Amino acid sequence: MRARISGTGRFVPDRKLTNSELEELVETSDDWIVARTGIRERRIAEREDATSDLATRAAEAALENAGIAASDLDVIMVATASPDMLFPSTAALVQRNLDPGRPIPAFDFSAACSGFVYGLQFARDFAAAGRYRTMLLVGAETLSRLVDYQDRGTCILFGDAAGAVVIEASDGPGGIAATCLRSDGAFWDLIHLPGGAARRPASPYMLTQREQYIRMNGRGVFKLAVPSMEQALRDAAEEAGWDLDDVAHFLVHQANARILEAVAERLGIDAERVPSNIEHMGNTSAASIPVLMDECHRQGRFKPGDKLLLAAFGAGLTWGAAALEWSAD
Amino acid sequence: MEAVMEKVSSIIIEQLSVDRDAVVPETNLLDDLGADSLDVVELVMALEEEFGIEVPDDDVENIRTVKDVAEYIAARTEAAA
Repeated sequence: MRARISGTGRFVPDRKLTNSELEELVETSDDWIVARTGIRERRIAEREDATSDLATRAAEAALENAGIAASDLDVIMVATASPDMLFPSTAALVQRNLDPGRPIPAFDFSAACSGFVYGLQFARDFAAAGRYRTMLLVGAETLSRLVDYQDRGTCILFGDAAGAVVIEASDGPGGIAATCLRSDGAFWDLIHLPGGAARRPASPYMLTQREQYIRMNGRGVFKLAVPSMEQALRDAAEEAGWDLDDVAHFLVHQANARILEAVAERLGIDAERVPSNIEHMGNTSAASIPVLMDECHRQGRFKPGDKLLLAAFGAGLTWGAAALEWSAD
Repeated sequence: MEAVMEKVSSIIIEQLSVDRDAVVPETNLLDDLGADSLDVVELVMALEEEFGIEVPDDDVENIRTVKDVAEYIAARTEAAA
């Protein structure tokens, strides 16, 4: 049995945070941000919403797109680096909200920006093993709550959003053809959030050190992200038995326009085969690929049978790629 | 040294998309060629691949001109040889 995407959905908050608004908060400029990141605005969740709320709305859109009900689901998987709480899982809250009417398993997993690509491998293997037939995979983030709006290196990058896909096990054509997952914990500190969990529990002192916020070494990340994603994409294509020329679309984690350009250049592919929404969304971590996928799907850019290669890179370090043949109508 | 300078210049010209005439030994990468922090990272990546070395971040801080780059590469590749 192969795992085939049968529907997609996204939820994007209305509130935009523009570069000119950031100019009021930190020493930066629109030109500086656009030249280094390609980002002009990012979305910010409403005060009363958290990751599970965004995830639920994206999931509802994906269920509708796939033409199924929550009661058809066999499992709920949420990739997030910004869960509502340390526990229970965000997936449990999504399960409550969707109310599938049965106690189906629901769990989060943490692979930061690579989460969605990691999830595709789980779905692929669950389908191959005959474990679950109808799966929900969500990438959702409320990173604005974890960003230090005094740190101009990170606050310009991140935004809030959720994207979801319904994946069904089937003997039909298409589906997920290859997945390559990688990680290297030796580089754990390149992107991390030190405080508020078991190693550095919340305390007044921790707050004075601003340890409740994301820390990132942008240069180090850039240097590793580009060759790592290039190699993972090549590996996934090889595992699928595809030539890069056969691939219609490359969905690369929307971290930074310069990273996207560098990866495309190394692969020798035109920018038009690398769709991007980073200008308007910023980096939404685990949500970035499913949000972009849903945008492209609803714009009619994917045709059934189109070959897609996906790649992501994030904290861990984690990275990976997936090859799939488009299968949703 | 001349061969290294020649190779380094070509890499800089290609990475930063600047004219050959704009690149002389005294050229400052940031001030004269308008390289930003990510351009520098990409340039370092290209140099690392070309010369088979690894350039630590601290070393990058001390490199300002085309001549600095060539001298650094010459020293590093000699040390390795």
